[in-house]
Amino acid sequence: MLNPDPARPVVRDEIVAAPPRSAKPLVRLEDVSLKYDTMLALDRTTLSIEPGEFVALVGPSGCGKSTLMKLVTGLLPPTTGEIWFGETRVTGPLQGAGMAFQNATLLPWRSTIDNVMLPLEIVDPYKRMPRGANSELRRRSQSLLDIVGLGEFGDRQPWQLSGGMQQRANLCRALIHEPKLMMLDEPFAALDAFTKEDLWQVLQDLWMRRRFTAILVTHDLREAAYLADTVYVMSNRPGRILHRCPVLLPRPRTPETTFDAAYTDLVNELRAMIAAVRSK
Amino acid sequence: MSATLTPRQKLIKYSRPWLVALALILVWEGACRVFHIPEFVLPTPSRVAAATIEFKDLLAMHALQTLMTTLIGFFIAIVVGVLLGVAIGSSSGIYDSLYPLLIGFNSIPKVAVVPLIVIWSGIGTVPAIITAFVISFFPIVVNVATGLASVEPEMKDVLRVLGASRYEVLTKVGIPRSLPYLFASLKVAITLAFIGSVVSETIASNDGIGFLMLSASSRYQVALIFSGVIVIAVMSILMFLVCVAAERRLVGWAFRGQAG
Repeated sequence: MLNPDPARPVVRDEIVAAPPRSAKPLVRLEDVSLKYDTMLALDRTTLSIEPGEFVALVGPSGCGKSTLMKLVTGLLPPTTGEIWFGETRVTGPLQGAGMAFQNATLLPWRSTIDNVMLPLEIVDPYKRMPRGANSELRRRSQSLLDIVGLGEFGDRQPWQLSGGMQQRANLCRALIHEPKLMMLDEPFAALDAFTKEDLWQVLQDLWMRRRFTAILVTHDLREAAYLADTVYVMSNRPGRILHRCPVLLPRPRTPETTFDAAYTDLVNELRAMIAAVRSK
Repeated sequence: MSATLTPRQKLIKYSRPWLVALALILVWEGACRVFHIPEFVLPTPSRVAAATIEFKDLLAMHALQTLMTTLIGFFIAIVVGVLLGVAIGSSSGIYDSLYPLLIGFNSIPKVAVVPLIVIWSGIGTVPAIITAFVISFFPIVVNVATGLASVEPEMKDVLRVLGASRYEVLTKVGIPRSLPYLFASLKVAITLAFIGSVVSETIASNDGIGFLMLSASSRYQVALIFSGVIVIAVMSILMFLVCVAAERRLVGWAFRGQAG
């Protein structure tokens, strides 16, 4: 279970995963603030995320992490400031971003594979494809399910799957249409520790194959350190970004990585930063 | 989450309502005989059974009329109820403007409105259909709207950042999600529709079980009134079972772990 694909040995290489700073970030926030009525949720945040970068946002609860996600995806308009996705300014919901939440929200009337295929019915160009393309798309969904270890469960109904398996299917649904941007809002928060670490592996594996840009919101500092290229630490409300911590651990990271001194040092450092924020 | 029942347990489970009904009938029969209750006050079940057989053609004719008006009214209620429920459930503007009015409308006793309906539409089939519709569409509206409101906000966000239109959110998630609520309301609405058509027939009709019961009562044929009651109850239970069967078939996913 720890290594979902035994044919591909999990070896540690020495590639430093943080991509080089390019002139063309995929997501850019410029001096963005958001007010709910009179409450300032996010305060003058500037942030730039490279294509293919895996970013984690951590911070005390209520610090506006989820707000930041809604802003980046265009679900909420900022009160001031600008948000850019590639070359276009974000003024409404993005078209074709992947999203996964703590609640897997699989549709109970669809089989697992039909749940995974849902975005293909909505996102261009897939939804315009002729009926004949359906079997090809189904094959693609099946191979994605194979990667996350759900190959034999495509025909099951979602409620026949365990919580961890539902989250795997949820990740597949968020990725099936090969989005450039994947938003993850505490996707593993409701899972037990073992399942959680399995899914870190699954997510890292998917990310290394597809190299989508990922923004992960999490409370779990170990999770942030395990998965991200860059961890941003946010302050108490009103949320602002206090620290930017590049994670220089080699990929692929494995359960052994979590015993690495560099890893535990980073987690402790993050913990100290959050503790400092909370005591303010 | 009940475990699978053995055939014996199943027999016991499903025979219970029949046993209770049988016991009540026996008590009724016994009480009538012991206390010598006159037939024009309370006829014995055996007398009711005899009357039912004696007037079976008449009962069948009127039952068919009542069934027809009820079902037409019920289908109109489904169409109007679903359309209105979807409109209310998917737009907060429509919700704000219509919902308070619907609550007010629903609190009007429909029986009191039947004379008005008769003035507008004459007597007979049409007011019965309208009354059946008016009395049964409200639970459908409320349940469909509630079902749409039960869509998880996360799911809406997922679909919106995929670029889904409001129409797509509605058809991919909203409507399937509200189907179990719709079927729950249909089980209530079909029995209400029977009440509506019978009330209307009692007030203004020359056909239907309601009319038959009224004319039987004016001639003190109390056994025939009871026959009418039984015919209505049987039709109502049968239509209820039709709704349950449709529900199991179309939204079986909402009953996981029960049906197996």
